[in-house]
Amino acid sequence: MKREFSTIPFNDVLVAHPYAKDFFLSMGMHNFDTSRTLQQFVDSLQDDQLEDLGLDRLQLLEQFEHFIGKMRELSIAPSKQVDSITIIGGHNKTGEKEQVRFTLKPGEVICVVGPTGAGKSRLLEDIECLAQRDTPTGRQIFVNNRIPDEDQRFSAEHKLVAQLSQNMNFVIDLTVGEFIAAHADSRMLPEPEEIANRVAKCANELAGEQFTMDTPVTQLSGGQSRALMIADTALLSPLPIVLIDEIENAGVDRKKALDLLVKEEKIVLMSTHDPLLALMGDKRVVIRNGGIADILMTSTAERANLKELEWIDSKMTELKNLIRAGGAIEFDMRSHFQFDSV
Amino acid sequence: MIRLVTVSGPPSSGKTSVILKTIDCLKAKGFSAGVVKFDCMSSHDERLYEKAGIPAKTGLSGNLCPDHFYISNVDECLTWGVSSGLDFLIIESAGLCNRCSPHIKDILSVCVIDSLSGVNTPQKIGPMLKLADIVVITKGDIISQAEREIFIFRVKQANPKAMIVRLNGITGQGSHELTIMFETATKQSALTGKRLRFSMPAALCSYCLGEMKIGESYQRGNVKKMSWGK
Repeated sequence: MKREFSTIPFNDVLVAHPYAKDFFLSMGMHNFDTSRTLQQFVDSLQDDQLEDLGLDRLQLLEQFEHFIGKMRELSIAPSKQVDSITIIGGHNKTGEKEQVRFTLKPGEVICVVGPTGAGKSRLLEDIECLAQRDTPTGRQIFVNNRIPDEDQRFSAEHKLVAQLSQNMNFVIDLTVGEFIAAHADSRMLPEPEEIANRVAKCANELAGEQFTMDTPVTQLSGGQSRALMIADTALLSPLPIVLIDEIENAGVDRKKALDLLVKEEKIVLMSTHDPLLALMGDKRVVIRNGGIADILMTSTAERANLKELEWIDSKMTELKNLIRAGGAIEFDMRSHFQFDSV
Repeated sequence: MIRLVTVSGPPSSGKTSVILKTIDCLKAKGFSAGVVKFDCMSSHDERLYEKAGIPAKTGLSGNLCPDHFYISNVDECLTWGVSSGLDFLIIESAGLCNRCSPHIKDILSVCVIDSLSGVNTPQKIGPMLKLADIVVITKGDIISQAEREIFIFRVKQANPKAMIVRLNGITGQGSHELTIMFETATKQSALTGKRLRFSMPAALCSYCLGEMKIGESYQRGNVKKMSWGK
């Protein structure tokens, strides 16, 4: 391959490609004289030093060229332009054809419903790997009304789906501030601290209980963790599709969370059977026997019902708060849930 | 002729689950596949493979480095695969020291790493990760999206060339994608004369040869000392 970067002084490489310094960190190399070229540096290495690095001279130089190329690609990549995702039906478990073709657009909330084992995750997997009639469902996915480029299909840069689930935890040993900054760093965004403040503020608006920038992420409560994950995904993840595997109604404002994702132009796919969440969506994809059996649009009547469901939900929340505060629920439930009082 | 894929990765990273799920997909596409598993002391995985109806052999290295043992036996593995009439042979090796690179030039090589092992792990693994064609990231379903993205970024820094696949060893999500990559493996009839992508660590010191006492006067051969500064 062409030696574009390894034959000019490292300081000059750094001017145009500041991320080049991370190459040495990623290789575990220290004390590199940056006035030299990488070629000179590599030539000066002893064999046992190379053995410690686990690469020979040629591999090290190649790795450097690939590193700069990849990081440049990542740093200039515009936020993904996905205007539409189209799913073209394949067949269900028993081989019957799926008579569907439907399109998902940014800012839409789509619920995926169906019993356990019906094939909900298969649908998500088809979208994730941009199936081209080569998965068990035979489905095909178009991005922006076109077949995605074959060579881009399998590169991690072109992944589309971010996931949020009840089963996810923070495992990293960092504070909230450090954590968000590390995520911003990995996207090579400028001013990671400023971004961290913005994401944390947004997360605190979703969370029932406030947290500070100095809180270790592993110490956050369930609701706070969920709120931070949602705010971070909405504001910092480059992926255009967000898959949500149920959001529990505990410690996080679900309506605000969905509104945020919609405002950030995400395509939201939600696996839920909670009527409140399901009716907040624009449509519902019904999965049965491994296939897409139906697509329901949220009707005007359902939208009207949503208002009442939200009211019931808020009445339930009042009761929860009462229990949390050490209160008793001895008053009349019939009048507590009396619609006429709306 | 057989398509050969080598799979390596730190202990408990999920190699066997990845292979089991991927062979399910290969079978669904009408291919047959067998596995040779290399391990140190004992392995129950042969039984897991056989339970799934997959022809399997185990190589136990005992007191030798399992990756050195593996490369000394790899040609015979291929012969077994060819004589069994398989379409695919998958060789699973144990990367105990995070340094050995059992990857062979022109042979599709996979490194499996576990996203629970921490965001600094990709920087700690040597040629096993840096020179792999495909990096499979497991156990991503239980950490946050942000941590997954940071982890993938660190993998890209360590190996900018590799194709990266996220695979869930329990549900198999991601295995179809990996299967499509496996199908690009070249067909081989023998490995004699092929080269490793990088040398394995040479660590022949007195302790390799059975020494049990501690102290400088007992240390011979390839001995390296930590630097303690002044």
